[in-house]
Amino acid sequence: MSAKKRFDVLGKPRRRVDGRAKVTGLTRFADDIVLPRMVHCKLLRSPLPHAAIVSIDTAKAQAHPGVRLVLTGRDFPVTFGILPVTQDEYPLAPERVRYVGDPVAAVIAKDEQTAFEALDLIEVKYKQLKTISDPEEALATEEPRIQSYGERGNIHRLQAYEFGDVGEALAKADHVFDDVFFYQGNTHLPIEQHASVAAVDGEGKLTLWSSTQVPHYVHRALANALQLPPAHVRVIACPNGGGFGGKCDLHNHEIVVSKAALLLGRPVKICLTREEVFYMHRGRHPVTMRMRTGVTRDGKITGMHTQTLLDGGAYGSYGTASTFYTGVLQTVTYEIPRYKFDAARVFTNKPPCGPKRGHGTPQPRFGQEVQLDKIAEKLRLDPAELRLSIVVKPNTLTANWLKIGSIGLAECIRKVVASSDWKNKHRKLPEGRGVGIACGAYLCGAGLPIYWNKMPQSGVQLLLDRSGQVTVFCGATEIGQGSDDVLAAIVAEVLGIDAFDVRVVTGDTGITPVDLGSYSSRVTVMMGNAAIQAAERVRDLIARAAADHMETLPENVGFAHGRVFRADDPGKLMSFREAIVLAEEKFGTLGSVGSYSPPRSPGRYKGAGVGPSPAYSYTACVVEAEVDKATGWIGVPRVWIAHDIGRAINPVLARGQVEGSVYMALGEALMEEQVFRRLPPKLSNALVHKIPSLLEYKSLTSLDMPEVFTELVEDPDPNCPFGAKEAGQGPLLPVMPAVANAIYDAVGVRIDELPITPDKVLAALEKKAKGENPRVGPEYFPDVPYPEPIQVLPPWEGGDGNAINAPRRPVPKEKVAS
Amino acid sequence: MSTQAPKNIHLTLRVNGESQEVSFAPYKTLLEVLREDMNLTGTKHGCELGECGACAVLADGVPVLSCLVLALESEGREIETVEGLAHGSNLHPLQAAFADLGGAQCGYCTPGILMTAKALVEKDPNPSREKIKEAISGNLCRCTGYQQIYESIEEGARRMREERR
Repeated sequence: MSAKKRFDVLGKPRRRVDGRAKVTGLTRFADDIVLPRMVHCKLLRSPLPHAAIVSIDTAKAQAHPGVRLVLTGRDFPVTFGILPVTQDEYPLAPERVRYVGDPVAAVIAKDEQTAFEALDLIEVKYKQLKTISDPEEALATEEPRIQSYGERGNIHRLQAYEFGDVGEALAKADHVFDDVFFYQGNTHLPIEQHASVAAVDGEGKLTLWSSTQVPHYVHRALANALQLPPAHVRVIACPNGGGFGGKCDLHNHEIVVSKAALLLGRPVKICLTREEVFYMHRGRHPVTMRMRTGVTRDGKITGMHTQTLLDGGAYGSYGTASTFYTGVLQTVTYEIPRYKFDAARVFTNKPPCGPKRGHGTPQPRFGQEVQLDKIAEKLRLDPAELRLSIVVKPNTLTANWLKIGSIGLAECIRKVVASSDWKNKHRKLPEGRGVGIACGAYLCGAGLPIYWNKMPQSGVQLLLDRSGQVTVFCGATEIGQGSDDVLAAIVAEVLGIDAFDVRVVTGDTGITPVDLGSYSSRVTVMMGNAAIQAAERVRDLIARAAADHMETLPENVGFAHGRVFRADDPGKLMSFREAIVLAEEKFGTLGSVGSYSPPRSPGRYKGAGVGPSPAYSYTACVVEAEVDKATGWIGVPRVWIAHDIGRAINPVLARGQVEGSVYMALGEALMEEQVFRRLPPKLSNALVHKIPSLLEYKSLTSLDMPEVFTELVEDPDPNCPFGAKEAGQGPLLPVMPAVANAIYDAVGVRIDELPITPDKVLAALEKKAKGENPRVGPEYFPDVPYPEPIQVLPPWEGGDGNAINAPRRPVPKEKVAS
Repeated sequence: MSTQAPKNIHLTLRVNGESQEVSFAPYKTLLEVLREDMNLTGTKHGCELGECGACAVLADGVPVLSCLVLALESEGREIETVEGLAHGSNLHPLQAAFADLGGAQCGYCTPGILMTAKALVEKDPNPSREKIKEAISGNLCRCTGYQQIYESIEEGARRMREERR
């Protein structure tokens, strides 16, 4: 890492390097690609939530004028899935459909209209199976099984961990708080609908352009799905028109157009309709959770037990990881000496859930932060002071063996308390108005890749030549968050040039070094560290060549403002371009590579791989709410948020990530929900999506968006490039609970489930008027057969990071005929 | 269902100050003709039912949702798209402000918002924050939380007023 104190590029508000393309309409999204001889693909999707396919007749569709190809499940013998442990998806369902929207056939035709027409000509006979619509039904239904793998019946995953004797910790507490919460599912809703174009190049090899956040994972999984050598497959991630986690899977349509392009020998494009994007989903899991927390009289936590139940939908997706994430990050904000979590994911006949901004952590964070508000109320403590008194200390381990480095959370709390005028507002505003506070934390990159390997998680390559041009190559993906700008800025900072002097080439598995992709807030930290290494290596070469010329030592060569100079005599200088010429003369063609692997985590128990990160970002938030007691209508006029970013590489983009997180969080808090309903029995009794359109799926417009006061806390983390942490996901987490807490402050009702809608507020107000418990939320936590926990002693109880028991697990029932 | 393809119609559209003859199926929307038949892919789509605003273009200076307008209704109207905003290589002040101030994150809703903002600022050179919010309330952005968009429009309008001086 550079020891330089003053920065020329970093920390200054700048136009992002890809800004010009975005405002001129030149940014080429996947659906903007047009190739000669291109044909168009459409998918036929299941109208039933759970059924066996009896027969598919495609003859009429094949005979339709303009149709070039019709594909069905028979054309795709290999299953796929983004996680190696859940290879449970078919590009087109061969025998069984598992949710309304599951693809069963594809038509490739001269244009979209012709393909649509031909879809109607495909005749599919189905035999309906029992539909499993919610987690309790899934727990109670052994047969039929939606998937033939998993723990048993329709239980996909069961996880149980205990770090110290939590039963004892709760028994010794002065108070034990026991709450049940529900967080409804919602979806990413990127304005860009997923699109892909596949083509066979002059050498006969496959290229796929796609709106994907993870070209490397798609490359790997696509080659396997089509049984092609990976070296003959190239995946190019187009800039994404918003991702938010929804473009992290390998998707059915990506495999289908690839296969079609190989069969037809011509480019094939697909662009999903908005309705199909709702079916593709992979969004926020609906989670029911129970939290039992023991506290002392003065508000210290003695132990916590978190139980979660995730509604996974019909397939695995990232669900195994999502399930862990509903438990593992509960310990990184506040001191929790003993911790236990039980988590379960079940299959239901709905579109699969997966990773959405915050991946599995916003749901338990909501519960934890609302419960803390209840604790503060009961103990007559200020909720901000309570949090400040239990913030985790820097450079410590948590009970579940996560290593905390820098932590700027206390500073974040102090900042929002001051800027919001918290002390004069909390419990002091007139009836109907209130403020609420909450905190959150997130990973700066998942510690482990999704498939086991010991190779770097990010690679960066630099190419320089005598023209003075610097080109940087990296597999990272620009999804709007500004990763291309981060990459250019870091290279520019190290080489002493302008960010616009760096050409950025990213997200192309054919020409860029592997980076695992834009997920888990990993890009700034992992790509950034690799970029520093690559840039420092080539800077050393340039310094050696320039030092000879300026008759000094390489250590005495400085780089700034496009100049290379003697640090002890800045009058002796040359242009950056002249220095490259000297270096090319001395060393030959100039280039370098850098790579990054995260530090090893101290946890050694099975399952310790989910949760570790090179660093954690922290956020605190105060929300002001206004509640109309007559209508239940909730207004949010102002939000104050402070985010511990370590260091802001480009403050304009950092602020944009924080405010965008607040926006998305308010949608989840107040209106967004991906919900389903049963059709009446005479209309098939099917479970259908209630709102697969932008007309009914409500999100905030400019008129709904409050004023947001953003502050960045810069507490540089030694594991991060120039100290910079993530900003894209963490700031979402505290907003939802802060809204719930503000509503309580405003009108004294607890809404323990999201979204908080006017009808729920009114119902709670009615209860309050009748003298009942003024709360709306789940009444009980379902009976989940969690296994005996894996027990690991916390670091302060003599543990070494290994499990101290080896619980016996029931043998999962194997394949049941479909 | 009829399998007979409808006959194409021919007409002249005026887009970004240039007249161009185009031939397309009569059911096509202005959005589809711009993107598919005129290769003007700067205009985006996000919902196909007039909810997201990504497809906004100007027709005779007024923002319209091009996914709800038939191309054949657009003959004789002056259509403006994001491709026509810059003067040669010089960005329009609104474009420059959006690029500088974080008004564009992923950039997908940006063309529609830029066109809506242009119509607003040409009518009201110094729009209030409330007017800006109202003007773009039909353009959904999932990235920014809108604040940097407001600031970009205010700064773009300021630069336009300065240019006029």
